[in-house]
Amino acid sequence: MSRGTVLDLCYLVAAVTFIIALMGLSSPRHARRGNLVAVGGMTLAIGATFAQPHLQHLGWMIGAMALGAAVAVPTSRFVKMTAIPQLVAIFNGVGGGAAALVSITEYLALTGGSRLSCVGAPGTACISVSGVKYVAVYKILEVVLGVIIGTVSFSGSAIAFAKLQELMTGRPVTYPAQQVLNAVLGVAVVVVGALLLVTGSLVWLWVLLVLALVLGVAFVLPIGGADVPVLISLLNSFTGIAVAASGFTIGSNLLIVAGTLVGASGILLTRMMSAAMGRSLPNILFSAFGSVITASGSTEAADGRSVRSGTAEDIGTLLAYSRKVVIIPGYGLAVAQAQHVVRELADTLQARGVEVFFAIHPVAGRMPGHMNVLLAEANVPYDELKEMDEANPELPTADVALVVGANDTVNPAAKSSPGSPIYGMPIIDAGAAANIVFLKRSMRPGFAGIDNDLLYNEKTVLLFGDAKDTLTALVAAVKAA
Amino acid sequence: MTGLAISLHAALAAQNAAVAASPHMNQVLEYLTVFILSVFVGIEVISKVPSILHTPLMSGSNAIHGVILVGAMLVLGQATTTPETILGVLAVFLATLNVVGGFVVTDRMLEMFKGKPQERKKRDEGDA
Repeated sequence: MSRGTVLDLCYLVAAVTFIIALMGLSSPRHARRGNLVAVGGMTLAIGATFAQPHLQHLGWMIGAMALGAAVAVPTSRFVKMTAIPQLVAIFNGVGGGAAALVSITEYLALTGGSRLSCVGAPGTACISVSGVKYVAVYKILEVVLGVIIGTVSFSGSAIAFAKLQELMTGRPVTYPAQQVLNAVLGVAVVVVGALLLVTGSLVWLWVLLVLALVLGVAFVLPIGGADVPVLISLLNSFTGIAVAASGFTIGSNLLIVAGTLVGASGILLTRMMSAAMGRSLPNILFSAFGSVITASGSTEAADGRSVRSGTAEDIGTLLAYSRKVVIIPGYGLAVAQAQHVVRELADTLQARGVEVFFAIHPVAGRMPGHMNVLLAEANVPYDELKEMDEANPELPTADVALVVGANDTVNPAAKSSPGSPIYGMPIIDAGAAANIVFLKRSMRPGFAGIDNDLLYNEKTVLLFGDAKDTLTALVAAVKAA
Repeated sequence: MTGLAISLHAALAAQNAAVAASPHMNQVLEYLTVFILSVFVGIEVISKVPSILHTPLMSGSNAIHGVILVGAMLVLGQATTTPETILGVLAVFLATLNVVGGFVVTDRMLEMFKGKPQERKKRDEGDA
């Protein structure tokens, strides 16, 4: 076997390990092993690349890799689990940037470099006509796609990072004629891409790069903080597609397979997430949700109805003498970093013989599945984490539904009032439990900015305060009961 | 204006020549086949992931597209001019961040997903 064949086989093995890693994620039991298999595959692919013939600039290459690893390892080892969404955003963004750079560099090499493949032989991707090199149109198309998608992913992820890290407001940023300007930008990108396609001129490549950078920023600015996770999933998918496009450009099956896997899965995941929010993807991306509605919501809350608030002692006693308690965690739990205390409460109740499990809405937390990661970090076994569809049939037999820092995900308006902005969103049926306890910071409505009828239900008791403080008080009260 | 027309003409001629050359077109078709099959594999595999693991899924697939590092190494390894080299080095650096960070954080997350306490105890004893 020639060296080329062996290296191609290594790349094939790597592609298979990536599929195995994604298959492993079908259960928490073998998920970690699957991920380690992919690490092995990636290492093999990188090793094989070092064995490619005629590799130049090895010093620079190894230096850049060492520097990248030196930055990435400590960052990802020590970041708090609540900050996972912004970390995924930034790693996704740099991946998109790398894909765009690979496409650009390859194009520079095809048009200006002294690449051996470009001496005018028929059947190659570029051809030399009287000393000037011309690149085949399909080749430019791959470059155009790689640059646009990779760059939008890069700058879009950077803004998403800034929003999640609270370097800028998490609210949708809107300005007059925003949608028109974005549409113009989008059209401009397409036109410049077409010009590059026809002329092959480098000038258009740079114009395209700048326009795509601006488009990424403009595209993400109007998307509100709570919708950013859906956006990250979409941008993740974009990066995958950009990587696949680079794979076409440089002729690598490995890049095509890996990039496409991520691209296809990302789009599917994005659709699943928007379905869990009961909204269409265009609505999430283009409606600047949360800016307009929050304003009207605050007035709606003050309609004179009264709520019942209780003390930690009363609620502690109620919990201690229940048979079955369902804990419904939300964004507020993550903000208060209260995942460890809620675990302690669950443990204390279980020690008294109370049946406890967590009912987790698909979009609870700052990212789909984020709540599961936070509770796993606090050592809650995964079999105590129930998905919404699994939890809902259990709620009518529960003595207490304990809602911690969640609001919209238990709001019955999603079922009962067709005019409500969250109408159609699947919810956790907390109202079906015999008693409902809300741990809330204040009477402020949830992200969607709408009042929650469940708060005024006669079965409902409220305990106001920071989730961490109120949970700590409840643990003490249960122990005393 | 005439200059542009001539160069356009030459470019189109070159493109036609390149596209018409069948060995290369076959190659592109082969890539397209791989691409389309991968779309189906991707959708099939992901539809089996439970929502409890959606965050690790995003972070894990994020790490997988870090394979762009291989592409970055290839273009840097063949760079002949200074701009190509600079862009290539930058690409390798960014791609390394993506691949290393993605895998480390995914592993850290998945390590935390544990079963019932007795299972965990057994496993811990096994490790010790």
